[in-house]
Parts: sequence; structure tokens; C-alpha cells
Amino acid sequence: MARPRKKRNKEIFALGNEAVVEGALLAGCTFYGGYPITPSSEIMEIMAQRLPLIPNGSFVQMEDEIAGLGSVIGASLAGRKAMTATSGPGFSLMQEHLGYGCITETPLVIVNVMRGGPSTGLPTSPAQGDVQQARWGTHGDHSIIVLSASNVQECLDNTIEAFNLAEKYRTPVILLIDEITAHTREKIIIPNPDEFEVFNRIVPTMPPEWYKPYEETVRGVPPMPSIGSGYRFHVTGLTHDTNGFPTSRPDEVRELNERLFRKIDQFLHDVQLVDEVDTEDADVVVIAYGTVARSAELAVKQARDLGVKAGLLKLSTLFPYPRKATERVMAKAHTLVVPEMNMGQMSREVKRVNNGQVSVRTINKVDGQIITPAEILKVLTRV
Amino acid sequence: MVDMKGTQLIHEYLRHNKKFPHVFCAGCGHGIVLGSLIRAIHGLGLSKDEVCVVAGIGCSGRLAAYVDFNTVHTTHGRALTFATGIKMAKPGMHVIVVMGDGDSMAIGGNHLIHAARRNIGVTALILNNNIYGMTGGQCSPTTPSGSFSMTTPMGQMEQSFDCVELCSAAKANYVARGTVFHVKKLDQMIMDGISNPGFGVVEILTPCHTQYGRKNKYRTPVDMYKMLKKDVIDIERYNKLSEAEKAKKTPSGVFVQKDEPGLEEKFYEMAANCQGGA
Ligand SMILES: Cc1ncc(C[n+]2csc(CCOP(=O)(O)OP(=O)(O)O)c2C)c(N)n1
Ligand code: SF4
Repeated sequence: MARPRKKRNKEIFALGNEAVVEGALLAGCTFYGGYPITPSSEIMEIMAQRLPLIPNGSFVQMEDEIAGLGSVIGASLAGRKAMTATSGPGFSLMQEHLGYGCITETPLVIVNVMRGGPSTGLPTSPAQGDVQQARWGTHGDHSIIVLSASNVQECLDNTIEAFNLAEKYRTPVILLIDEITAHTREKIIIPNPDEFEVFNRIVPTMPPEWYKPYEETVRGVPPMPSIGSGYRFHVTGLTHDTNGFPTSRPDEVRELNERLFRKIDQFLHDVQLVDEVDTEDADVVVIAYGTVARSAELAVKQARDLGVKAGLLKLSTLFPYPRKATERVMAKAHTLVVPEMNMGQMSREVKRVNNGQVSVRTINKVDGQIITPAEILKVLTRV
Repeated sequence: MVDMKGTQLIHEYLRHNKKFPHVFCAGCGHGIVLGSLIRAIHGLGLSKDEVCVVAGIGCSGRLAAYVDFNTVHTTHGRALTFATGIKMAKPGMHVIVVMGDGDSMAIGGNHLIHAARRNIGVTALILNNNIYGMTGGQCSPTTPSGSFSMTTPMGQMEQSFDCVELCSAAKANYVARGTVFHVKKLDQMIMDGISNPGFGVVEILTPCHTQYGRKNKYRTPVDMYKMLKKDVIDIERYNKLSEAEKAKKTPSGVFVQKDEPGLEEKFYEMAANCQGGA
């Protein structure tokens, strides 16, 4: 969805979870480590079948999610494109390692197929309850990229995008989908390998003696050699200097922390992916993501048929929150409507950007059921 | 390879751009392990690029930063999980994991038994000082019953883990126990652990006089090394003792040695078969 493509190729009938696997393999993923949990398990099961079939592919079922993400970080440091998939309870267990991935600037992809929570919650019902956990679940300050997908095709496309962004910015990228999209089966198009971009991490070209693993660059992203390639350096979760060794010198600490934000924040135009439907002249704009965006799209069409000037801003990137796109639709609209299968985790971001300028209506549902087009339409026709 | 001995050899493997001095207390056994590790790697004739040292969190975890290999300082208890990913990605690499007793058997206990069961081809060095050193002397899963720590001020009431029995039961390929007093033997055990396929464990008894000794009547490093010299004996000698005498001693030596292929070897063989289209 996000990046335009010219030609399209093979069509298949696939589950959202299967499409994630297709996307990952197209992006060059060769390592999967994880622990099964509903509703994400198919991703792991299909990876177990597919990875041994590709050169250098490897797969391990670890003893828990902490181990799963640990193995993914290890494989990525050793030069692989690596991923894991999980659901809420497993995602909670991964949080310490997610932070480790951020501070060590290790590219990796975590797919979180959200189910109802908190705790063991509703294992087979959809929810969007992990949005703020994806942003702030680990400790400390850090920047992060969080994507979502609202249909099966986007599961494929945005998984490719997740790998590309992870490699480009040397950072963990989280893809949030919900149980409905993960378990919906629909027709998708598998693109030809020459029809989409695959980004690989930048490796150092200087002699190993000159290499400083965490040195500032124009993009803020240092080149990354793999373990065993002749560049021997220290990787640590402790705050480190440009050589990679622990430091607590305020100037070095500040420099690292600020660069970790800057390397993503100075490329917001590249990172913040959104789709707009009928927003040019819209008085009321729905801001939605995930399966709910599909309901919203239909509701917007039906509202237009009824003469309401409605539009949709669909978020493929949830974080860094797409402020520019929101401001753009706000310039015309008098109302923003934010439907979510949670108590308001994204509307919090919308309200922050809006800062009281236009009216914000939320639709929140936490009963394990999807928000229907009718429920959104009702609000659109009343504002 | 150049013939070098003693500190000359050690210096060859230290990082010249690392800020010294190191973090270890004077008299800590962790530095002796570092020397042993270097001699073992040198003895095996491995190049620096073939070796990856992965460490957990604790005083023991700091060891990795000083040596000029590919080094990864991970999270508390989880070093083996990172090592598993590295070994699967680069099966040709010698992945050596350095952990403390708390690191490996408390928070990382689950990963330890599963790495052994999985028989992943990494070598785990477990630096057992019977205490949490870095966090100031709380009890660990190997703190002997009755001994004192910051969190067992009246004496430890729980039973302690025997690392060798634990790893043997979990089916590790190679299981040995050495000490930093018996350095020659330790060098050999680390060498054997690295060259053995599958999961290898070398438990290394190493003193922490700062946190363990001062609360348990071993005030100086020398007291602690004397204790290792007196109490730790070869498994052959140990087996000849009466039950009453055994209770006072700790056996050392090689307890398990098998040649089962490591998980990575089996996986890539399976994958090659799949890709061969058989
Ligand atoms: C998740 C987590 N919990 C607790 C700690 C605090 N912590 C750091 S080191 C350590 C214990 C280290 O003891 P041990 O593993 O025996 O190693 P030693 O310092 O004795 O070498 C603890 C509890 C931590 N870093 N991370
Ligand atoms: S506290 Fe104990 S384990 Fe840590 S450096 Fe000092 S002596 Fe060694």
C-alpha cells in the first residue's frame, strides 16, 4: 500500500498471518526465533516449514518470548534479517529485549497480533490494546517505529516495509495487527522481486582499525558490520561511547540518546506512512488503523452517499505519530473521529496534535468485537 | 602462531582502545578466568574473528568488554538466548558464553536447561562465586545452605543448585567443573569445552571475597584461594571417599563428555536435505 508499485504478479488466497510470512521472506528474512501464542502461531508454524527451504534460512523454537527475541537479536548481530511474532502476553515479556534492540541499534522485526487483554485476556478475540505498549512498553526514553496493517495485502506489504525501515534506521520495528486481519483469508498479490525495494543495512567499508561502531554519520545511522566479518567491536545494552564501551560521561550519554531519537525523527517523511480517502474536501475525518480502518472506509463511503462530506485518514505508521498528515486534514475538517478497539490509545495522540483546535470524537469498544461500519456511520451522520 | 607466554600473551588479546583499569576487585577470580579463556583460545589456534564472547549481566558479564573478539554484553540471565541466535546464524563461529551463578541459574535457569537440552553448539562458562557480586552480595541459587548473605542474614534456608548435576540432567554434551586455583586444568577444560560439539558447560569456582567472603569467614582473597585448594578435589579421588568425607569436599573434573552433533549442525543438515529436493 505505502510505496507505489508498477506491476503486480502472482495471486494467492492467504491468511493475514501467511501474508506476513510471504512479506518477510520477500524482504530477505532468513531467521525466525520465537514462542507460539494465539493468534500469531501460524506465522511461526509457516516459518518452520519455509525457512529450511531457503539458503541460509534458520529457525528455532525457543523456550519463551524473552528467549525468542534474544535469539533474533543474536542472529541480526550476526548479519541476518531476523524476526519474531507474538501476541500481547508474549509482547510484554519481550520488552527488556526490545529496549536492548533500540540502544544497540539492532535491526529486527516484531509482529504483535493483538488479542484482547489485559493479561491472558481473550486469546481469540481482536483488540487494539497494545498500541501504547508498543510505543512505551520498554524502559527508558527511545524512539521506535510502529506500523500496522488493515487487510491481508497490507500484512505482506507492510512487513516488507517493516524490514526495510529496520535495516535503514538500524532499529527494531513493530508491526501491530489484530486478530481479525491475522485470521482473515483473502486474495492478495505477491509482487515480483524486481517490483519493490529491498533495503539492506549499510556495512562499513573502512579498514577495521578505523571503524568506530557508534560514530555519528550524516543520517545518524552508523554502518553495521556483522559478527565474524573482521570488524571486532563490543555490543552492550549499557549506555556506550562511540567505541561501544560503557560510559556515564554526561556529554557522551547525551550524544547517544539524542542521536537515537534524531536518526528517526529527521526522516519522518520517509517513516510516516498514511493513506487518505476523500480527505480533500472533508468536514469530518475518521482517523483509523488496523481492521477498524476497513469499517471506517465503508462508513465514509456510506456517509458520502448520504451527503456528509466524510474522509478517512488511515494510519500505516502509528509511531512516530503522523502529525503532519493529521494537521493537513485538520486544516479543513471541523471534526475528527477516532474509532478504536481500546479505551483511547491513539485518540490520545490525535488529541495531543489537535491541541483543542477542532472537535475530536472517539468510539471505543473493548468487548472483543470489531467496530462495525454502522457504528462509525452513526457518529459521522450526527456530527 | 607466535610463541608467547604469561602477560605478553594476555596483552595480545586485550583491547588497546578500552579504558582501563577494569572493574574487578583486587583478588577477584574473574580476572583469572579471563586469562584462562585467552590461553584456551590461543592454545586452540583460533583466530580472533572466529570467536564470539557473549556475556550476561553481573561482574562476570563485564569480562567480555576487555577482550579483542566479537563481544556482546547482553541482558541479565539471557546471554544464552543471544548466543543461540548467533550460533544458528554463524555455525562456524566459536560462541563462548560467560555467566555468573545468579545470571545462569536464577534468572537464566530456564535458558540454561533448554540450551543444554537443545544441545546448541555453544560453550558456557559459569563463573560460580556463590553470590550476587555486582548487586552487593545477595544470595544466589548456589549460596550454600547455612551461609550468610545480604538477603540471608540469618543463614540460607533454601537448598542450593549443583550446576554439574543440573546441566548433566539437562543433557549437555560436555560438563566439567574447575576452579581458578587449579588454572592449568581449567585452561584444558575450557579448551575441551570449546572443541567439543554441542552444548558445553564449564562451571568455574571463583572467589568473591568482597561479597561472599566477608560474610562467611573468608576475609581476604588468600583465605578464599586456600579454601578452593583444600576443599575441591579431583573426581577420581572424591569417588574413593566415604560419604561423611564427601560431604566436606567438592569434586572437580570432567563429568560428561559426548559427541552428539550440535543443534545447528543437525538443522543445516536437515535444510540441505530439504533443499536438495529429495
Ligand atoms: C532483569 C534484571 N534484574 C536484576 C538485575 C540486577 N542485577 C545485576 S547483576 C545481578 C546479579 C549478578 O550476580 P551473578 O550473576 O552471580 O554474577 P557476579 O556479579 O557474582 O559475577 C543482578 C541481580 C538486572 N540487571 N536485570
Ligand atoms: S564484587 Fe566479587 S565478583 Fe564482583 S569484582 Fe568484586 S570480588 Fe569479583
